[in-house]
Amino acid sequence: MQLIACPWCGPREEVEFSYGGQAHVPYPDSPAELSDEEWAHYVFFRDNPKGRFAERWNHSAGCRRWFNAIRDTATYRFERVYRLDDPKPVTP
Amino acid sequence: MTSPFRTPEGGRIDRSATVEFTFDGQVLRGHPGDTLASALLANGRHQVATSVKFGRPRGIAAAWAEDPGGLVQIEEPFPEPMLLATTVELYDGLAASGLPGQGRLADVPDSARYDAVHSHVDVLVVGAGPAGLAAALTASRSGARVALVDEQSEAGGALLGTDDELDGAPAVDWVAAAVAELAATPDVLHLQRTTAFGLYDDGFVLALERRTDHLGAAAPKHVSRQRVWRIRARSVVVATGAHERPVVFADNDRPGTMLAGAARTFLHRYGVLPGREAVVFTTNDSAYDAALDLFRAGVRVQAVVDARPEGSPQRRAECEGAGIRVLSGAVVTGTQGVERVTHALVAPFLDGEVGAGSAIACDLLLVSGGWNPAVHLFSQARGRLRYDATLGAFLPGEELDGVAVAGSAAGVPDLAGCLADGQRVARAALGVPAVPSAADDRLPTAPEPVVPTAPLVLWRVPDPSGAEGSTSFVDLQRDATVADIARAVGAGLRSIEHVKRYTTIGTAHDQGKTSGVLTSGIVAELLGVPVQDTGTTTFRPPYTPVAFAALAGRDRGRLFDPERVTALHEWHVAAGAVFEDVGQWKRPRHYPRPGEDMEAAVLRECAAARTGVGILDGSTLGKIDVQGPDAAVLLDRLYTNLMSSLKVGSVRYGVMCGVDGMVIDDGTVLRLAEDRFLVLTTTGGAAKVLDWMEEWIQTEWPDLRVHCTSVTEQWCTFPVVGPRSRDVVGAVFPGVDVSNEAFPFMTWRDTTLDGVPVRLARISFSGELAYEVYVNPWYAVAVWQRLLDAGRPHGITPYGTETMHVLRAEKGYPIIGQDTDGTVTPHDLGMAWAVSKKKPDFVGKRSFARPENHNPLRKHLVGLLPVDRQTVLPEGSQIVEYRTDGRLPAPPVPMLGHVTSSYRSAELARPFALALVKGGRERIGETVHVPVDGTLVPVEVTGSVLVDPEGARRDG
Ligand SMILES: [Zn+2]
Repeated sequence: MQLIACPWCGPREEVEFSYGGQAHVPYPDSPAELSDEEWAHYVFFRDNPKGRFAERWNHSAGCRRWFNAIRDTATYRFERVYRLDDPKPVTP
Repeated sequence: MTSPFRTPEGGRIDRSATVEFTFDGQVLRGHPGDTLASALLANGRHQVATSVKFGRPRGIAAAWAEDPGGLVQIEEPFPEPMLLATTVELYDGLAASGLPGQGRLADVPDSARYDAVHSHVDVLVVGAGPAGLAAALTASRSGARVALVDEQSEAGGALLGTDDELDGAPAVDWVAAAVAELAATPDVLHLQRTTAFGLYDDGFVLALERRTDHLGAAAPKHVSRQRVWRIRARSVVVATGAHERPVVFADNDRPGTMLAGAARTFLHRYGVLPGREAVVFTTNDSAYDAALDLFRAGVRVQAVVDARPEGSPQRRAECEGAGIRVLSGAVVTGTQGVERVTHALVAPFLDGEVGAGSAIACDLLLVSGGWNPAVHLFSQARGRLRYDATLGAFLPGEELDGVAVAGSAAGVPDLAGCLADGQRVARAALGVPAVPSAADDRLPTAPEPVVPTAPLVLWRVPDPSGAEGSTSFVDLQRDATVADIARAVGAGLRSIEHVKRYTTIGTAHDQGKTSGVLTSGIVAELLGVPVQDTGTTTFRPPYTPVAFAALAGRDRGRLFDPERVTALHEWHVAAGAVFEDVGQWKRPRHYPRPGEDMEAAVLRECAAARTGVGILDGSTLGKIDVQGPDAAVLLDRLYTNLMSSLKVGSVRYGVMCGVDGMVIDDGTVLRLAEDRFLVLTTTGGAAKVLDWMEEWIQTEWPDLRVHCTSVTEQWCTFPVVGPRSRDVVGAVFPGVDVSNEAFPFMTWRDTTLDGVPVRLARISFSGELAYEVYVNPWYAVAVWQRLLDAGRPHGITPYGTETMHVLRAEKGYPIIGQDTDGTVTPHDLGMAWAVSKKKPDFVGKRSFARPENHNPLRKHLVGLLPVDRQTVLPEGSQIVEYRTDGRLPAPPVPMLGHVTSSYRSAELARPFALALVKGGRERIGETVHVPVDGTLVPVEVTGSVLVDPEGARRDG
């Protein structure tokens, strides 16, 4: 069972966290102006890379705060966590 | 009475006490400190069981968990299947029997308790042999918090099975001193009889502690039988030793055939001679120690058969000095005997060719094919293994963060090396200097190791019998042979994982502890590829079997999942309520009177609510307090309808959708103040809706000045429902004008009752005149009782969730998650009226414009009335077209939808249902069919509101 470092609480057991899918997919400014296809991309389409992935996580059984993380989907390792108001880290 | 094969002295058993036990019905004796296996051997008994497929006699072939032969079932004191005689500690009254490869589950409940413990340490050392003890001592002396776990009954590891010396005294004396030092150190947790069976991410280790198994009937009842330690360690030192590996030859499974090191353990640790006349077959130097030790203990060692062309010149000289014959360049090709080996067939062996052999009489055949480091935990942590062609073994092949392997688990061959390695690895784990800096941190001096003669890697001896290895057993537990591997390879299998599954090798109780590497070697040989390329099968937890009861711990029965009860629970129990689980809540489903079944009780309760007055404990309803200057903005964005226009004092029904436009919850909203709302959710949706609000606030709208908190448990809620509800509520709360004019539908009012704040709300989930009463749980029972007292003249009837469901279904009110399934929009539910057209946006709005949302064949929520006025349609039933012939069309039968809710209605005097039906609203008035138990039941499609469609009753 992995430890996940909540930006507010520090390392905690992974069972305290829940997954929130791809990060940096903002709610569109004006949904009404989007084509059906553009809206469908917001609602349904997400990346599914092997390797580094920017994800949303929620410390749901802890401080209940959302945060972002860069995680490797092949090794499951968290490479870093950052707050929602931090910019997306530049990864090599 | 002395057991015939017990040595006159020595061993770590308590000879002053006798233990009586029963095996296969025979009463036998042993001593405290014995295992079932050592006690059986002391009584001359090698055969324990018969094999799973061929019924061949099988005996004790090793001294611990790697034994593939001695499977037993404990019958007394508590039945437990599939244990190894070698790992069952002997106790008085133990009754066991041999198992033919399969056990029997107990048919009585297990009365023992199981538990779990958490521990956090700097260093966890697994294994209390020389390397593990050295590591634990080094770590504890540095001030680290240390845990040391070991699967045996006492510390010492391999030292318990030898007569090795340290500092010129028996090595076990040093073990005792080390254990005493650790015990005196406060920050050390030392657990014996504790098997680390799984190594997971970030230093997380699961270990099973067997606390009372060795005590039998004397086990104290207040102590849990076993418990799982959940240890989180900054560093894990794997010092789990090595398993000796046999060599495969024909009929290598006869009882009396045993690993050489195991015989040493039985001798030194248990004071048992595993035989009188031994043949020792080896490919390496280590078995010579067994030969010499047994010889000194009085066993006639008929021959040491060494497969190496030159054997070991040095060890040969030792043996010949003692008068033991050594046959170099020779192998054991087979055995004779039935229930016990009587002869070893020995033949010259040169360049892989077996010469003409002869039989040597023996009752004990010791075998050593080398040693496999116990890399299981390292491999579980996804550590890569490397094949060492000299040792014929897989060793840790990389450094892992936080996991280090020490001692013979890392391939270190000798005692001095293991001690030094344990210390080195502990220092590295702690990040302290590699050179001993303190005088008091010294390790004992071991005898200078003798440089061994290189071993021969030999997986199998060619079968000279012509049987092609069909009795050359690789996995004794699975009765799988060299011939089976050859068949697998012949069938084209190349991957070791495929060979494993084809032959079942390594899938039994021992998980291939002796057979795994042998299989890799034999497969490599048959394919003509290096063993490194074949690799091993994946090591997975658990290292040794763990009972489900231990994993479950206390999380069983009522403690499996938390039970939530309302403040009225005791009242419900006393009233004879039948409960149902709603999420974690225990809710009264109905209150049967004597002689009533559920159907009768529900019809009575429904009639009371529709014609008089009923009362429900609705306290489980989700309640969220939403506060802040932007509270109305938040709700406008999350609900499909407008909430900001709601007046303080009023209530509005609302629907929430996901971004895909599908309904996720519904409920009512009370505006408490300009900046404060009480959001009511479904019982099951409470946590989900709070999470949903938090997610949007935190991730999308952090600028909103709004906060949400659950107040579900801060308010008990009692809907008082029915035409007489006004009389009841008016009587209990005389300060409130309950008239329709002063207190209209969808409003709320605060009042007090004897100084206790109470909130009343005109909300109806039944279509009837109704008042919801909200009160602090501390006063819930009192308020509930006053309502009952006031309602008595009107026949007030407590009702449960089943009646609540019938009443709401009669009104066509959907239950989200029952009448919907994540593909249903508000429009599908006939709730276009609850979707704001004014708001520029809200979550889900854009999806309503998708073409699919305007498909006329979308499923709509409609009512169904079985034409026969009798059938209660099973929920989940499919709906098909009406057929005049009453028969299903040929498959695939076109499905129109399914039944989502179905009840018997007192009001309608017939059963009815809600259903999702394709284009359902256009089909109102049509007849369709529902297949029930093989017949087609005609049903009429109706609107979803079957009772009081004009809504005349809500105001009383
Ligand atoms: Zn946190």
